[in-house]
Amino acid sequence: MVEVRNLFKKYNNKTVVEDVSLEIVKGKITSFIGPNGAGKSTVLSMISRLITRDSGEVLIDGKDMVKFKSNELAKKIAILKQANHINIRLTIRELVAFGRFPYSQGKLTKEDWSYVDEAIEYMELADMQEKFLDQLSGGQQQRAFIAMVIAQNTEYVLLDEPLNNLDMKHSVQIMKVLRRLADDLGKTVIIVIHDINFASCYSDYIVALKDGKVVHNGPTEQVIDSVVLKEIYDMDIEIQTINDKKICVYFT
Amino acid sequence: MNNKRRIMMLAVLAAILTAGYIFWDLGPNWDYALPRRIIKIIAIIVVGCAIAFSTVIFQTVTNNKILTPSILGLDSMYMLIQTGVIFLFGSTHILILNKNLNFLVTLTAMLIFSSLLFKFMFKKNRNIYFLLLIGIIFGTLFGSMSSFMQVLIDPNEFQIIQNKMFASFNNVNTDLLTLAIILMIAVMIYFMRFLKYLDVMSLGRDQAVNLGVDYDFVTKRVLIAVTILISISTALIGPITFLGLLVANVAYQFIKSYQHKHIIPGAMLISVIALVGGQFIVERIFTFSTTLSVIINFIGGVYFIYLLLKENKSW
Repeated sequence: MVEVRNLFKKYNNKTVVEDVSLEIVKGKITSFIGPNGAGKSTVLSMISRLITRDSGEVLIDGKDMVKFKSNELAKKIAILKQANHINIRLTIRELVAFGRFPYSQGKLTKEDWSYVDEAIEYMELADMQEKFLDQLSGGQQQRAFIAMVIAQNTEYVLLDEPLNNLDMKHSVQIMKVLRRLADDLGKTVIIVIHDINFASCYSDYIVALKDGKVVHNGPTEQVIDSVVLKEIYDMDIEIQTINDKKICVYFT
Repeated sequence: MNNKRRIMMLAVLAAILTAGYIFWDLGPNWDYALPRRIIKIIAIIVVGCAIAFSTVIFQTVTNNKILTPSILGLDSMYMLIQTGVIFLFGSTHILILNKNLNFLVTLTAMLIFSSLLFKFMFKKNRNIYFLLLIGIIFGTLFGSMSSFMQVLIDPNEFQIIQNKMFASFNNVNTDLLTLAIILMIAVMIYFMRFLKYLDVMSLGRDQAVNLGVDYDFVTKRVLIAVTILISISTALIGPITFLGLLVANVAYQFIKSYQHKHIIPGAMLISVIALVGGQFIVERIFTFSTTLSVIINFIGGVYFIYLLLKENKSW
Protein backbone atom coordinates (compact mmCIF):
# COMPACT_ATOMS: atom_id res chain seq x y z
CA MET A 1 0.00 0.00 0.00
CA VAL A 2 1.10 3.54 -0.70
CA GLU A 3 0.48 5.90 2.14
CA VAL A 4 1.20 9.61 1.94
CA ARG A 5 1.44 11.61 5.13
CA ASN A 6 1.54 15.40 5.46
CA LEU A 7 3.41 16.02 2.24
CA PHE A 8 4.68 19.56 1.61
CA LYS A 9 6.49 21.09 -1.34
CA LYS A 10 7.51 24.69 -1.90
CA TYR A 11 9.09 26.38 -4.90
CA ASN A 12 10.63 29.76 -4.03
CA ASN A 13 8.28 30.28 -1.10
CA LYS A 14 5.25 29.39 -3.16
CA THR A 15 3.60 26.36 -1.65
CA VAL A 16 2.49 23.97 -4.38
CA VAL A 17 1.65 20.99 -2.22
CA GLU A 18 0.27 21.60 1.22
CA ASP A 19 -0.32 18.95 3.84
CA VAL A 20 -1.39 16.18 1.48
CA SER A 21 -2.26 12.91 3.18
CA LEU A 22 -3.85 9.98 1.44
CA GLU A 23 -3.94 6.24 1.13
CA ILE A 24 -3.96 4.45 -2.17
CA VAL A 25 -6.00 1.25 -2.29
CA LYS A 26 -4.15 -1.77 -3.60
CA GLY A 27 -5.12 -3.39 -6.89
CA LYS A 28 -7.35 -0.50 -7.94
CA ILE A 29 -7.12 2.49 -10.25
CA THR A 30 -6.88 5.82 -8.46
CA SER A 31 -7.17 9.02 -10.47
CA PHE A 32 -5.85 12.41 -9.42
CA ILE A 33 -8.03 15.18 -10.79
CA GLY A 34 -8.14 18.91 -10.30
CA PRO A 35 -7.59 22.21 -12.09
CA ASN A 36 -4.25 23.23 -13.60
CA GLY A 37 -1.63 24.02 -11.01
CA ALA A 38 -3.38 22.02 -8.30
CA GLY A 39 -0.24 20.04 -7.58
CA LYS A 40 -1.36 16.68 -9.01
CA SER A 41 1.80 15.99 -10.98
CA THR A 42 3.96 17.24 -8.14
CA VAL A 43 2.37 14.80 -5.72
CA LEU A 44 2.80 11.98 -8.23
CA SER A 45 6.44 12.91 -8.79
CA MET A 46 7.09 12.96 -5.06
CA ILE A 47 5.47 9.55 -4.60
CA SER A 48 7.79 8.23 -7.29
CA ARG A 49 10.91 10.07 -5.98
CA LEU A 50 11.38 12.07 -9.19
CA ILE A 51 11.36 15.21 -7.09
CA THR A 52 12.28 15.55 -3.46
CA ARG A 53 9.74 16.50 -0.84
CA ASP A 54 10.20 19.32 1.65
CA SER A 55 8.55 17.45 4.49
CA GLY A 56 6.17 14.60 5.13
CA GLU A 57 6.37 10.91 4.44
CA VAL A 58 5.64 8.52 1.62
CA LEU A 59 5.30 4.99 2.91
CA ILE A 60 5.46 2.12 0.46
CA ASP A 61 4.32 -1.15 2.03
CA GLY A 62 4.85 0.50 5.41
CA LYS A 63 8.45 1.59 4.78
CA ASP A 64 9.52 5.14 4.08
CA MET A 65 10.45 5.62 0.46
CA VAL A 66 13.81 7.24 1.16
CA LYS A 67 14.91 4.14 3.05
CA PHE A 68 14.65 2.00 -0.06
CA LYS A 69 17.61 1.53 -2.33
CA SER A 70 16.87 3.21 -5.62
CA ASN A 71 17.17 -0.09 -7.45
CA GLU A 72 14.84 -1.91 -5.05
CA LEU A 73 12.26 0.83 -5.40
CA ALA A 74 12.46 0.49 -9.18
CA LYS A 75 11.14 -3.06 -8.78
CA LYS A 76 8.17 -1.83 -6.76
CA ILE A 77 7.09 1.38 -8.38
CA ALA A 78 7.18 2.62 -11.96
CA ILE A 79 6.46 6.13 -13.18
CA LEU A 80 5.80 7.44 -16.65
CA LYS A 81 5.81 11.20 -17.16
CA GLN A 82 3.90 12.98 -19.87
CA ALA A 83 6.83 14.26 -21.94
CA ASN A 84 9.06 11.45 -23.09
CA HIS A 85 11.49 12.89 -25.55
CA ILE A 86 14.40 10.57 -26.20
CA ASN A 87 17.64 11.67 -27.78
CA ILE A 88 18.81 8.30 -29.03
CA ARG A 89 17.48 6.05 -31.76
CA LEU A 90 15.80 3.02 -30.23
CA THR A 91 13.47 0.36 -31.50
CA ILE A 92 10.33 -0.43 -29.53
CA ARG A 93 11.86 -3.71 -28.42
CA GLU A 94 15.02 -2.01 -27.17
CA LEU A 95 12.97 0.54 -25.26
CA VAL A 96 10.79 -2.11 -23.63
CA ALA A 97 13.94 -4.06 -22.72
CA PHE A 98 15.06 -1.07 -20.66
CA GLY A 99 12.15 -1.88 -18.36
CA ARG A 100 14.11 -4.89 -17.16
CA PHE A 101 17.10 -2.81 -16.06
CA PRO A 102 16.31 -2.93 -12.32
CA TYR A 103 16.46 -6.73 -12.48
CA SER A 104 19.19 -7.35 -15.00
CA GLN A 105 21.42 -4.26 -14.85
CA GLY A 106 21.58 -4.31 -18.63
CA LYS A 107 22.38 -7.99 -19.08
CA LEU A 108 19.03 -9.50 -19.92
CA THR A 109 18.41 -13.17 -19.18
CA LYS A 110 15.93 -15.41 -20.98
CA GLU A 111 13.41 -14.70 -18.28
CA ASP A 112 13.86 -10.96 -18.77
CA TRP A 113 13.27 -11.31 -22.50
CA SER A 114 10.08 -13.28 -21.89
CA TYR A 115 8.79 -10.37 -19.79
CA VAL A 116 9.71 -8.05 -22.64
CA ASP A 117 7.84 -10.20 -25.16
CA GLU A 118 4.83 -10.40 -22.89
CA ALA A 119 4.72 -6.65 -22.42
CA ILE A 120 4.96 -6.09 -26.18
CA GLU A 121 2.14 -8.56 -26.77
CA TYR A 122 0.09 -6.94 -24.05
CA MET A 123 0.29 -3.56 -25.74
CA GLU A 124 -0.29 -5.12 -29.19
CA LEU A 125 3.00 -3.88 -30.54
CA ALA A 126 4.38 -7.23 -31.72
CA ASP A 127 4.19 -6.54 -35.43
CA MET A 128 6.05 -3.23 -35.16
CA GLN A 129 8.52 -4.05 -32.40
CA GLU A 130 11.56 -3.57 -34.62
CA LYS A 131 10.47 -0.10 -35.71
CA PHE A 132 12.31 2.93 -34.40
CA LEU A 133 10.48 5.20 -31.98
CA ASP A 134 10.87 8.23 -34.22
CA GLN A 135 8.93 6.41 -36.95
CA LEU A 136 5.88 6.02 -34.74
CA SER A 137 2.81 8.16 -34.11
CA GLY A 138 2.23 9.73 -30.72
CA GLY A 139 -0.22 7.01 -29.71
CA GLN A 140 2.16 4.22 -30.66
CA GLN A 141 5.01 5.88 -28.78
CA GLN A 142 2.84 6.19 -25.71
CA ARG A 143 1.97 2.50 -25.96
CA ALA A 144 5.65 1.63 -26.30
CA PHE A 145 6.45 3.54 -23.11
CA ILE A 146 3.59 1.87 -21.28
CA ALA A 147 4.92 -1.49 -22.49
CA MET A 148 8.25 -0.58 -20.92
CA VAL A 149 6.50 0.16 -17.62
CA ILE A 150 4.69 -3.18 -17.86
CA ALA A 151 7.99 -4.99 -18.49
CA GLN A 152 9.30 -3.34 -15.35
CA ASN A 153 6.67 -5.50 -13.63
CA THR A 154 6.10 -3.32 -10.61
CA GLU A 155 3.29 -3.52 -8.15
CA TYR A 156 2.57 0.19 -8.48
CA VAL A 157 2.22 1.91 -11.83
CA LEU A 158 2.13 5.71 -11.85
CA LEU A 159 1.22 7.60 -15.00
CA ASP A 160 1.25 11.35 -15.45
CA GLU A 161 -1.42 12.30 -17.98
CA PRO A 162 -1.16 9.17 -20.10
CA LEU A 163 -3.83 10.45 -22.48
CA ASN A 164 -2.10 13.70 -23.29
CA ASN A 165 -2.26 14.40 -27.05
CA LEU A 166 -4.01 11.15 -27.85
CA ASP A 167 -7.17 10.86 -29.91
CA MET A 168 -10.33 9.21 -28.55
CA LYS A 169 -9.58 5.78 -29.93
CA HIS A 170 -6.09 5.61 -28.44
CA SER A 171 -7.26 7.12 -25.18
CA VAL A 172 -9.88 4.41 -24.78
CA GLN A 173 -7.34 1.77 -25.73
CA ILE A 174 -4.88 2.96 -23.08
CA MET A 175 -7.53 3.23 -20.38
CA LYS A 176 -8.70 -0.30 -21.14
CA VAL A 177 -5.15 -1.55 -20.79
CA LEU A 178 -4.86 0.17 -17.42
CA ARG A 179 -8.14 -1.41 -16.36
CA ARG A 180 -6.76 -4.82 -17.32
CA LEU A 181 -3.54 -4.12 -15.43
CA ALA A 182 -5.57 -3.60 -12.29
CA ASP A 183 -8.20 -6.32 -12.81
CA ASP A 184 -6.12 -9.12 -14.37
CA LEU A 185 -2.66 -8.53 -12.97
CA GLY A 186 -3.67 -6.96 -9.66
CA LYS A 187 -1.51 -3.88 -10.13
CA THR A 188 -2.16 -0.64 -8.34
CA VAL A 189 -2.51 2.10 -10.92
CA ILE A 190 -2.30 5.80 -10.06
CA ILE A 191 -2.92 8.31 -12.82
CA VAL A 192 -3.11 12.05 -13.20
CA ILE A 193 -5.88 12.79 -15.64
CA HIS A 194 -7.65 15.88 -16.91
CA ASP A 195 -10.65 14.36 -18.60
CA ILE A 196 -13.09 13.77 -15.75
CA ASN A 197 -15.23 11.51 -17.90
CA PHE A 198 -12.35 9.08 -18.38
CA ALA A 199 -11.73 9.31 -14.65
CA SER A 200 -15.38 8.60 -14.00
CA CYS A 201 -15.63 5.64 -16.37
CA TYR A 202 -12.41 3.85 -15.57
CA SER A 203 -11.21 4.61 -12.07
CA ASP A 204 -12.19 3.05 -8.77
CA TYR A 205 -11.12 5.94 -6.59
CA ILE A 206 -10.65 9.63 -7.24
CA VAL A 207 -8.48 12.08 -5.37
CA ALA A 208 -9.36 15.69 -6.13
CA LEU A 209 -6.73 18.34 -5.52
CA LYS A 210 -7.03 22.09 -5.53
CA ASP A 211 -4.39 24.69 -4.66
CA GLY A 212 -2.06 22.01 -3.38
CA LYS A 213 -4.58 20.46 -1.00
CA VAL A 214 -6.75 17.37 -1.15
CA VAL A 215 -10.35 18.56 -1.32
CA HIS A 216 -12.02 15.21 -1.91
CA ASN A 217 -10.89 11.64 -1.71
CA GLY A 218 -13.16 8.68 -2.15
CA PRO A 219 -14.80 6.14 -4.41
CA THR A 220 -15.60 7.41 -7.90
CA GLU A 221 -19.40 7.56 -7.39
CA GLN A 222 -18.96 9.94 -4.47
CA VAL A 223 -16.60 12.36 -6.16
CA ILE A 224 -18.42 12.53 -9.49
CA ASP A 225 -21.17 14.68 -8.08
CA SER A 226 -22.35 18.14 -9.08
CA VAL A 227 -21.79 19.70 -5.68
CA VAL A 228 -18.34 18.19 -5.25
CA LEU A 229 -17.22 19.08 -8.77
CA LYS A 230 -18.47 22.64 -8.36
CA GLU A 231 -16.20 22.97 -5.38
CA ILE A 232 -13.21 21.60 -7.29
CA TYR A 233 -13.57 23.35 -10.62
CA ASP A 234 -15.72 26.40 -9.78
CA MET A 235 -18.18 25.61 -12.54
CA ASP A 236 -21.59 24.05 -12.83
CA ILE A 237 -21.26 20.52 -14.08
CA GLU A 238 -24.34 18.53 -14.86
CA ILE A 239 -24.11 14.79 -14.39
CA GLN A 240 -26.03 12.33 -16.52
CA THR A 241 -26.09 8.58 -16.20
CA ILE A 242 -25.57 6.87 -19.53
CA ASN A 243 -25.18 3.09 -19.67
CA ASP A 244 -24.61 2.99 -15.91
CA LYS A 245 -21.70 5.40 -16.20
CA LYS A 246 -21.78 8.88 -14.76
CA ILE A 247 -20.97 11.35 -17.51
CA CYS A 248 -20.22 14.99 -16.79
CA VAL A 249 -21.63 17.53 -19.18
CA TYR A 250 -19.68 20.74 -18.99
CA PHE A 251 -19.12 21.84 -22.54
CA THR A 252 -21.71 24.60 -22.67
CA MET B 1 27.67 -8.79 -34.13
CA ASN B 2 27.51 -6.15 -36.76
CA ASN B 3 28.82 -3.59 -34.32
CA LYS B 4 31.71 -5.81 -33.34
CA ARG B 5 32.69 -5.97 -37.01
CA ARG B 6 32.51 -2.21 -37.32
CA ILE B 7 34.68 -1.72 -34.26
CA MET B 8 37.16 -4.29 -35.57
CA MET B 9 37.29 -2.41 -38.85
CA LEU B 10 38.07 0.83 -37.04
CA ALA B 11 40.71 -0.92 -34.97
CA VAL B 12 42.41 -2.29 -38.08
CA LEU B 13 42.34 1.12 -39.75
CA ALA B 14 43.78 2.75 -36.63
CA ALA B 15 46.52 0.12 -36.46
CA ILE B 16 47.43 0.58 -40.13
CA LEU B 17 47.62 4.37 -39.73
CA THR B 18 49.70 4.03 -36.59
CA ALA B 19 52.14 1.64 -38.24
CA GLY B 20 52.24 3.89 -41.29
CA TYR B 21 53.04 6.89 -39.16
CA ILE B 22 55.82 5.10 -37.30
CA PHE B 23 57.53 3.35 -40.21
CA TRP B 24 56.87 5.60 -43.21
CA ASP B 25 60.03 7.21 -44.50
CA LEU B 26 61.99 6.18 -41.42
CA GLY B 27 65.36 6.86 -43.02
CA PRO B 28 68.82 5.67 -42.08
CA ASN B 29 68.84 7.22 -38.60
CA TRP B 30 66.00 5.03 -37.40
CA ASP B 31 67.48 4.55 -33.94
CA TYR B 32 67.01 8.28 -33.42
CA ALA B 33 63.66 8.72 -35.12
CA LEU B 34 61.87 5.59 -33.95
CA PRO B 35 61.72 6.24 -30.17
CA ARG B 36 60.66 9.84 -30.79
CA ARG B 37 57.90 8.79 -33.12
CA ILE B 38 56.70 6.09 -30.75
CA ILE B 39 56.45 8.52 -27.86
CA LYS B 40 54.54 10.94 -30.01
CA ILE B 41 52.14 8.29 -31.23
CA ILE B 42 51.48 7.12 -27.67
CA ALA B 43 50.68 10.68 -26.68
CA ILE B 44 48.31 10.98 -29.62
CA ILE B 45 46.51 7.75 -28.77
CA VAL B 46 46.19 8.64 -25.09
CA VAL B 47 44.87 12.13 -25.74
CA GLY B 48 42.56 10.91 -28.47
CA CYS B 49 41.03 8.26 -26.21
CA ALA B 50 40.65 10.67 -23.30
CA ILE B 51 38.89 13.28 -25.43
CA ALA B 52 36.55 10.76 -27.04
CA PHE B 53 35.73 9.08 -23.75
CA SER B 54 35.03 12.29 -21.88
CA THR B 55 32.97 13.86 -24.65
CA VAL B 56 30.71 10.82 -25.05
CA ILE B 57 29.97 10.48 -21.33
CA PHE B 58 29.53 14.24 -21.00
CA GLN B 59 27.03 14.33 -23.86
CA THR B 60 25.10 11.48 -22.28
CA VAL B 61 24.62 13.12 -18.90
CA THR B 62 23.76 16.47 -20.44
CA ASN B 63 21.49 14.73 -22.95
CA ASN B 64 22.87 16.91 -25.70
CA LYS B 65 24.88 15.83 -28.71
CA ILE B 66 26.39 19.18 -29.62
CA LEU B 67 28.02 20.03 -26.30
CA THR B 68 31.67 19.46 -25.51
CA PRO B 69 33.28 19.50 -22.09
CA SER B 70 34.92 22.81 -23.07
CA ILE B 71 31.67 24.38 -21.90
CA LEU B 72 32.90 23.80 -18.35
CA GLY B 73 35.45 26.54 -19.05
CA LEU B 74 38.57 24.42 -18.67
CA ASP B 75 40.09 25.39 -22.03
CA SER B 76 39.73 29.08 -21.28
CA MET B 77 41.24 28.54 -17.88
CA TYR B 78 44.25 26.87 -19.49
CA MET B 79 44.73 29.84 -21.81
CA LEU B 80 44.30 32.27 -18.94
CA ILE B 81 47.03 30.58 -16.92
CA GLN B 82 49.44 30.53 -19.85
CA THR B 83 48.72 34.13 -20.80
CA GLY B 84 48.79 35.29 -17.22
CA VAL B 85 52.21 33.80 -16.56
CA ILE B 86 53.68 35.36 -19.69
CA PHE B 87 52.00 38.68 -18.96
CA LEU B 88 53.26 38.85 -15.42
CA PHE B 89 56.66 37.16 -15.61
CA GLY B 90 57.58 37.15 -19.30
CA SER B 91 58.15 34.25 -21.63
CA THR B 92 61.50 33.34 -20.09
CA HIS B 93 59.99 32.53 -16.73
CA ILE B 94 60.61 29.04 -15.43
CA LEU B 95 56.89 28.23 -15.56
CA ILE B 96 56.97 28.60 -19.33
CA LEU B 97 60.37 27.11 -19.99
CA ASN B 98 60.01 24.09 -17.75
CA LYS B 99 57.25 22.00 -19.32
CA ASN B 100 56.97 19.65 -16.34
CA LEU B 101 56.33 22.48 -13.96
CA ASN B 102 53.92 24.09 -16.38
CA PHE B 103 51.96 20.87 -16.73
CA LEU B 104 51.70 20.31 -12.99
CA VAL B 105 50.73 23.88 -12.21
CA THR B 106 48.07 24.06 -14.93
CA LEU B 107 46.68 20.67 -14.05
CA THR B 108 46.42 21.52 -10.36
CA ALA B 109 44.83 24.88 -11.09
CA MET B 110 42.20 23.34 -13.35
CA LEU B 111 41.38 20.60 -10.87
CA ILE B 112 41.11 23.08 -7.99
CA PHE B 113 38.89 25.36 -10.04
CA SER B 114 36.51 22.59 -11.02
CA SER B 115 36.37 21.03 -7.58
CA LEU B 116 35.43 24.42 -6.13
CA LEU B 117 32.77 24.77 -8.79
CA PHE B 118 31.41 21.29 -8.15
CA LYS B 119 31.49 21.73 -4.41
CA PHE B 120 29.36 24.81 -4.68
CA MET B 121 27.02 23.11 -7.14
CA PHE B 122 26.60 19.78 -5.44
CA LYS B 123 26.03 21.24 -2.03
CA LYS B 124 22.94 23.07 -3.19
CA ASN B 125 21.91 20.17 -5.42
CA ARG B 126 21.27 22.35 -8.42
CA ASN B 127 20.65 20.75 -11.75
CA ILE B 128 23.37 20.15 -14.26
CA TYR B 129 22.31 22.89 -16.69
CA PHE B 130 22.90 25.47 -13.99
CA LEU B 131 26.43 24.13 -13.67
CA LEU B 132 26.94 24.45 -17.42
CA LEU B 133 25.72 28.05 -17.34
CA ILE B 134 28.20 28.88 -14.60
CA GLY B 135 30.86 27.13 -16.69
CA ILE B 136 30.04 29.31 -19.72
CA ILE B 137 30.17 32.47 -17.63
CA PHE B 138 33.55 31.59 -16.16
CA GLY B 139 34.81 30.48 -19.57
CA THR B 140 33.88 33.84 -21.07
CA LEU B 141 35.37 35.69 -18.15
CA PHE B 142 38.66 33.79 -18.47
CA GLY B 143 38.63 34.26 -22.24
CA SER B 144 38.14 38.02 -21.98
CA MET B 145 40.84 38.34 -19.35
CA SER B 146 43.24 36.43 -21.60
CA SER B 147 42.48 38.63 -24.63
CA PHE B 148 42.88 41.71 -22.49
CA MET B 149 46.36 40.64 -21.47
CA GLN B 150 47.20 39.47 -24.97
CA VAL B 151 46.60 42.89 -26.53
CA LEU B 152 48.80 44.53 -23.93
CA ILE B 153 51.90 42.38 -24.18
CA ASP B 154 54.89 42.57 -26.47
CA PRO B 155 54.19 41.07 -29.95
CA ASN B 156 57.10 38.65 -29.57
CA GLU B 157 55.67 37.34 -26.36
CA PHE B 158 52.30 37.04 -28.04
CA GLN B 159 53.86 34.63 -30.53
CA ILE B 160 54.60 32.28 -27.68
CA ILE B 161 51.04 32.48 -26.44
CA GLN B 162 49.79 31.87 -29.94
CA ASN B 163 51.75 28.63 -30.06
CA LYS B 164 49.96 27.55 -26.91
CA MET B 165 46.52 28.31 -28.34
CA PHE B 166 46.70 25.39 -30.72
CA ALA B 167 47.12 21.81 -29.66
CA SER B 168 50.40 20.31 -30.74
CA PHE B 169 52.02 16.96 -30.28
CA ASN B 170 55.43 18.15 -31.35
CA ASN B 171 56.92 18.65 -27.91
CA VAL B 172 55.48 15.94 -25.73
CA ASN B 173 57.56 15.16 -22.70
CA THR B 174 58.11 11.50 -21.76
CA ASP B 175 57.89 11.97 -17.98
CA LEU B 176 54.63 13.82 -18.28
CA LEU B 177 53.31 11.23 -20.65
CA THR B 178 53.82 8.39 -18.17
CA LEU B 179 52.03 10.34 -15.46
CA ALA B 180 49.21 11.25 -17.80
CA ILE B 181 48.78 7.68 -18.99
CA ILE B 182 48.61 6.30 -15.47
CA LEU B 183 46.04 8.91 -14.40
CA MET B 184 43.89 8.45 -17.47
CA ILE B 185 43.86 4.67 -17.35
CA ALA B 186 43.00 4.77 -13.65
CA VAL B 187 40.07 7.10 -14.32
CA MET B 188 38.79 4.99 -17.19
CA ILE B 189 39.03 1.71 -15.30
CA TYR B 190 37.27 3.23 -12.31
CA PHE B 191 34.57 4.42 -14.65
CA MET B 192 33.87 1.07 -16.32
CA ARG B 193 31.30 0.10 -13.71
CA PHE B 194 29.17 3.14 -14.55
CA LEU B 195 28.84 2.36 -18.25
CA LYS B 196 25.62 0.38 -17.88
CA TYR B 197 24.02 3.29 -16.02
CA LEU B 198 24.95 5.63 -18.83
CA ASP B 199 22.86 3.59 -21.27
CA VAL B 200 19.83 4.22 -19.08
CA MET B 201 20.72 7.86 -18.53
CA SER B 202 20.56 8.50 -22.24
CA LEU B 203 16.78 8.06 -21.80
CA GLY B 204 16.75 11.22 -19.68
CA ARG B 205 16.68 11.88 -15.97
CA ASP B 206 13.11 10.80 -15.22
CA GLN B 207 13.44 7.43 -16.91
CA ALA B 208 16.83 6.83 -15.31
CA VAL B 209 15.45 7.50 -11.83
CA ASN B 210 12.41 5.36 -12.58
CA LEU B 211 14.68 2.48 -13.55
CA GLY B 212 16.59 2.71 -10.30
CA VAL B 213 19.73 4.57 -11.33
CA ASP B 214 21.16 6.84 -8.66
CA TYR B 215 21.14 9.75 -11.08
CA ASP B 216 22.82 12.44 -8.99
CA PHE B 217 25.61 10.12 -7.91
CA VAL B 218 26.42 8.97 -11.45
CA THR B 219 26.24 12.53 -12.79
CA LYS B 220 28.78 13.71 -10.23
CA ARG B 221 31.10 10.83 -11.08
CA VAL B 222 30.81 11.63 -14.77
CA LEU B 223 31.62 15.29 -14.24
CA ILE B 224 34.64 14.50 -12.10
CA ALA B 225 35.95 11.96 -14.61
CA VAL B 226 35.42 14.41 -17.47
CA THR B 227 37.26 17.16 -15.63
CA ILE B 228 40.26 15.00 -14.86
CA LEU B 229 40.52 13.65 -18.40
CA ILE B 230 40.11 17.05 -20.06
CA SER B 231 42.50 18.74 -17.67
CA ILE B 232 45.19 16.17 -18.34
CA SER B 233 44.86 16.23 -22.09
CA THR B 234 44.68 20.03 -22.26
CA ALA B 235 47.68 20.49 -19.98
CA LEU B 236 49.56 17.93 -22.03
CA ILE B 237 49.00 19.22 -25.56
CA GLY B 238 46.69 22.24 -25.47
CA PRO B 239 43.01 22.88 -26.18
CA ILE B 240 41.55 20.34 -28.58
CA THR B 241 38.03 19.63 -27.30
CA PHE B 242 36.44 20.35 -30.68
CA LEU B 243 37.82 16.99 -31.71
CA GLY B 244 35.53 15.35 -29.15
CA LEU B 245 32.43 16.86 -30.70
CA LEU B 246 33.53 15.57 -34.07
CA VAL B 247 34.44 12.02 -33.10
CA ALA B 248 31.47 11.51 -30.79
CA ASN B 249 29.06 12.42 -33.56
CA VAL B 250 30.86 10.32 -36.15
CA ALA B 251 30.67 7.45 -33.68
CA TYR B 252 26.91 7.89 -33.18
CA GLN B 253 26.49 7.77 -36.95
CA PHE B 254 28.80 4.86 -37.53
CA ILE B 255 28.04 2.62 -34.56
CA LYS B 256 24.41 1.62 -34.80
CA SER B 257 23.87 1.13 -31.10
CA TYR B 258 22.84 3.11 -28.09
CA GLN B 259 25.06 1.08 -25.78
CA HIS B 260 28.10 2.82 -24.40
CA LYS B 261 30.16 -0.34 -24.48
CA HIS B 262 29.98 -0.01 -28.27
CA ILE B 263 29.92 3.77 -28.69
CA ILE B 264 32.88 4.53 -26.44
CA PRO B 265 35.40 2.17 -28.08
CA GLY B 266 34.09 3.29 -31.46
CA ALA B 267 34.57 6.96 -30.60
CA MET B 268 38.03 6.31 -29.18
CA LEU B 269 39.16 4.52 -32.32
CA ILE B 270 37.72 7.20 -34.60
CA SER B 271 39.52 9.76 -32.48
CA VAL B 272 42.82 7.92 -32.83
CA ILE B 273 42.29 7.60 -36.58
CA ALA B 274 41.56 11.33 -36.90
CA LEU B 275 44.55 12.36 -34.81
CA VAL B 276 47.10 9.96 -36.26
CA GLY B 277 45.89 10.65 -39.78
CA GLY B 278 45.94 14.39 -39.11
CA GLN B 279 49.40 14.30 -37.62
CA PHE B 280 50.61 12.25 -40.58
CA ILE B 281 49.34 14.94 -42.94
CA VAL B 282 50.86 17.71 -40.82
CA GLU B 283 54.29 16.12 -40.75
CA ARG B 284 54.65 14.45 -44.13
CA ILE B 285 52.57 16.64 -46.42
CA PHE B 286 52.64 20.09 -44.83
CA THR B 287 56.06 19.45 -43.27
CA PHE B 288 55.07 21.17 -40.02
CA SER B 289 53.91 24.36 -41.73
CA THR B 290 50.59 24.05 -39.90
CA THR B 291 49.36 22.47 -36.67
CA LEU B 292 47.12 19.53 -36.08
CA SER B 293 44.26 21.48 -34.57
CA VAL B 294 43.99 23.58 -37.70
CA ILE B 295 43.50 20.42 -39.72
CA ILE B 296 41.09 18.91 -37.20
CA ASN B 297 39.03 22.07 -37.09
CA PHE B 298 38.99 22.29 -40.87
CA ILE B 299 37.89 18.70 -41.40
CA GLY B 300 35.49 18.94 -38.46
CA GLY B 301 33.89 22.06 -39.87
CA VAL B 302 33.46 20.49 -43.30
CA TYR B 303 31.98 17.37 -41.75
CA PHE B 304 29.49 19.43 -39.77
CA ILE B 305 28.33 21.31 -42.82
CA TYR B 306 27.86 17.94 -44.49
CA LEU B 307 25.84 16.68 -41.51
CA LEU B 308 23.64 19.77 -41.54
CA LEU B 309 22.95 19.42 -45.27
CA LYS B 310 22.21 15.73 -44.94
CA GLU B 311 19.87 16.18 -41.97
CA ASN B 312 18.22 18.99 -43.85
CA LYS B 313 17.40 16.66 -46.74
CA SER B 314 16.11 13.86 -44.58
CA TRP B 315 13.30 16.04 -43.26
